[in-house]
Amino acid sequence: MKQFNIRTLKSGALCLVLASAGLLTACGSDDDAAKMASFEITVTNLSANQPLSALAALLHDGDFKAWDIGGVASDGLEVLAEGGDNSTFISDDAAMLMTSASGSAPVGPGASDTLTVTADLASVMQITLASMLVNTNDAFTGTTGLDVSELAVGDSMNQALPIYDAGTEANDEMAGTIPGPADGGEGFNAVRDDVDFVARHPGVVTQSDGYSSSVLDESHRFDSPIARLVVTRVK
Amino acid sequence: MVTVPIRTFHQRGQIMKITALIPALPIALMSSMAFAQTIDVKVTNLTQGLHFTPLLVSTHTDSSNVFEAGSVATAALQSMAEGGDIAPLLAASPAEAVNIGNPAQGLLAPAMSTMVSDLNTGSNDLLSIVAMVLPTNDGFVGLDSWAIPSEAGTYTVYLNAYDAGTEVNDERLNTDTGGSEDGIPGAPGGDAGTGGTGVTDSESNTSIHIHRGNLGDTSLSGGTSDLDSRIHRWLNPVAKVVVTVK
Repeated sequence: MKQFNIRTLKSGALCLVLASAGLLTACGSDDDAAKMASFEITVTNLSANQPLSALAALLHDGDFKAWDIGGVASDGLEVLAEGGDNSTFISDDAAMLMTSASGSAPVGPGASDTLTVTADLASVMQITLASMLVNTNDAFTGTTGLDVSELAVGDSMNQALPIYDAGTEANDEMAGTIPGPADGGEGFNAVRDDVDFVARHPGVVTQSDGYSSSVLDESHRFDSPIARLVVTRVK
Repeated sequence: MVTVPIRTFHQRGQIMKITALIPALPIALMSSMAFAQTIDVKVTNLTQGLHFTPLLVSTHTDSSNVFEAGSVATAALQSMAEGGDIAPLLAASPAEAVNIGNPAQGLLAPAMSTMVSDLNTGSNDLLSIVAMVLPTNDGFVGLDSWAIPSEAGTYTVYLNAYDAGTEVNDERLNTDTGGSEDGIPGAPGGDAGTGGTGVTDSESNTSIHIHRGNLGDTSLSGGTSDLDSRIHRWLNPVAKVVVTVK
């Protein structure tokens, strides 16, 4: 390897070497572009009063599930679902991960946000998306292992997104435990004081429904689906 | 398929008639025997805090059904919905139905799954599934007469919770009502209270309908309900069914 001549490298490999050394930012040709796949992921918040934390999107080249019903939430999912911070969720997920993206801000009720993920075309491509319902203890929405391998350029697929409960924080709805604007309380706490498995969320009770200790009111209730997901392959 | 071999007979002789009829036979058999498929059925309890009593997984034809939303529950369905007993439903099932009772060998706990493998549907082309949801008065998870696809593949169906309409949803445990059958037979999670005075004393829709959910309260030793509003509520769907047609 010490003897190799850099001039013999194909342009694509040269690109990679230079890009990884931080020397080159724009690199590519029509040939490279034809081997890429790019997906626009749009989430529309359909709730009454549950802002969704900054979206986290992952693109995998294998069958990957970031959570499953009955499974214990990963640390990254716990941090996301309790506090809306997706940084661990995105980074603790290296296996089969092609690329990831994060929204820059929460998505309010009625609002939408779009992320784009782009990677080398692979025979299997799956998208995972997750976001916290911030006026809850540990509710999140999303989809995981959504297969987009067969999606043609220009085509879209839709999903109505359900609400999951990370099972890592009891749904006590009490002051100081909810990070959203309804409370401004604590987000992530490493203590797991709930069932410690992922399931569908039972909904919130709220003080309007007779739970006097709750900081939530009737506007924070929700039903399924909480959001609409549209994935469009743009390249 | 019948007329073609007869014409062939006149044109080409008897041997051709016989060989032409052979491939026609399996088709004739299929049409008279109908369906006969092998399927796997996986049922997942999607809820965080509710148990399912022993499931009934039934394949049948359109000459019968296990339940029908909008209709009054049969006595057998009532036994299942109020007490978790599927024996009356099995006894009432027609002879040609193929049933699997209690695949989970007991309760199906929150977020757990159970699998029925290699179920031979016989002459049946419809799939129904029921189990009581605990703790409720007469709530059950249900799939009514889902058409089993003829094409091999994996199919996913989400199930809602129904109310049998046969018992007042007072949300009091049997232990709280002195053993009366008008209450909830149990809260397997061990997370219910006592001393509830009763959420309601009437049931306005006495036909099978979508369950409005538990109300519950946050008092473990009083209030109107023995159930916990933070644990025993749910949003539909409450179960996921994955059917693999082989």
